[in-house]
Amino acid sequence: MNKLKLLLFTMLLATAISAQNGYDIGALATDFNLENIDGSFVSLSDFNESKGFIVVFTCNTCPYAVAYEDRIEALNKKYAKKGYPVIAIMPNNTEIKPGDSLDAMRKRANKKGFTFPYLIDSEQAVFPQYGATKTPHVYVLQKNNETHIVRYIGAIDDNYKDANKVVLKYVEDAVDALLMNREVPVSKTLAIGCSIKI
Amino acid sequence: MNFIKVFFLVSFSICCTSNAEQLEVYDFDGIEHYLKQNDDKVYVVNFWATWCAPCVKELPYFEQIQQDFKENVEVVLISLDFPSQYESKLIPFLEKKQLTSKVIVLDDTDMNSWIPKIDSEWDGAIPVTLIYNKDQRQFYPQSFTYDALSSEVRKFIN
Repeated sequence: MNKLKLLLFTMLLATAISAQNGYDIGALATDFNLENIDGSFVSLSDFNESKGFIVVFTCNTCPYAVAYEDRIEALNKKYAKKGYPVIAIMPNNTEIKPGDSLDAMRKRANKKGFTFPYLIDSEQAVFPQYGATKTPHVYVLQKNNETHIVRYIGAIDDNYKDANKVVLKYVEDAVDALLMNREVPVSKTLAIGCSIKI
Repeated sequence: MNFIKVFFLVSFSICCTSNAEQLEVYDFDGIEHYLKQNDDKVYVVNFWATWCAPCVKELPYFEQIQQDFKENVEVVLISLDFPSQYESKLIPFLEKKQLTSKVIVLDDTDMNSWIPKIDSEWDGAIPVTLIYNKDQRQFYPQSFTYDALSSEVRKFIN
């Protein structure tokens, strides 16, 4: 009996810890149903033809996110047709960051000509599941039947300041590897970003 | 590293402001010694940026710590502001606030290399703070109130 209790406690603890830390490589990512800037609701399951996704937690107001806007759009242009569309999710509390409201997101997306869905995590329930802590924060997911396996977590590349001086394109390298059925060369990276406002 | 510093000194002094010599800009190698001093002081190293609202909010607490524990503590504020905003944001901010703590600027784009060297727990979000002395070291991926910060610093002094 005591052993059972201990086991249950350990399981609970393990669940609590993993919930707190979000996904690691190999985890199965949860689908979501979030409002897009065009008023529609978007889920991963809407994309029948895709092989996976480049999920980017990003926003309007973080200078790092802004520095990467054009590169996020370029990722979608390059990889949506290959089966890995970009799905951008804005995770901030808009009361703290009014510049990240759905209306502001729509304006920014129109101005920049984003071709990817730009969703709002208005309940702030999705980003904690993934374990996103900052913007921008990328998760590359690979579709496997009905599931989505986390294959890459981290930064877009190794130079936020100057796209022309990038040496390592972490996300592109990850998706290219997945497209060739190879192992992702670098599956986790770190970068400075703006903490998600809760 | 020195080259970067000199470059900024020269470019600012030629260009427009006499206050720019305040700015000390380094790559990671240039700031590393601030993370591993080996004397009798307690070092409070805070990573921040003018664009980071929670960072700016807690800066006065770090200033207060520097005042309150003058004898035992050295506060080092490491700015992660973008080089393109040194002149427009960072220098005016520093001038306005007249910070008494040591302020240095880290400009090193290869973040995936240096973030883990500061702490294995750091995911890259700021603010974060490192408190250490020659015997112990603790990393705080969080914001501080004055009381919380002061209570942590005291643990290192006693």
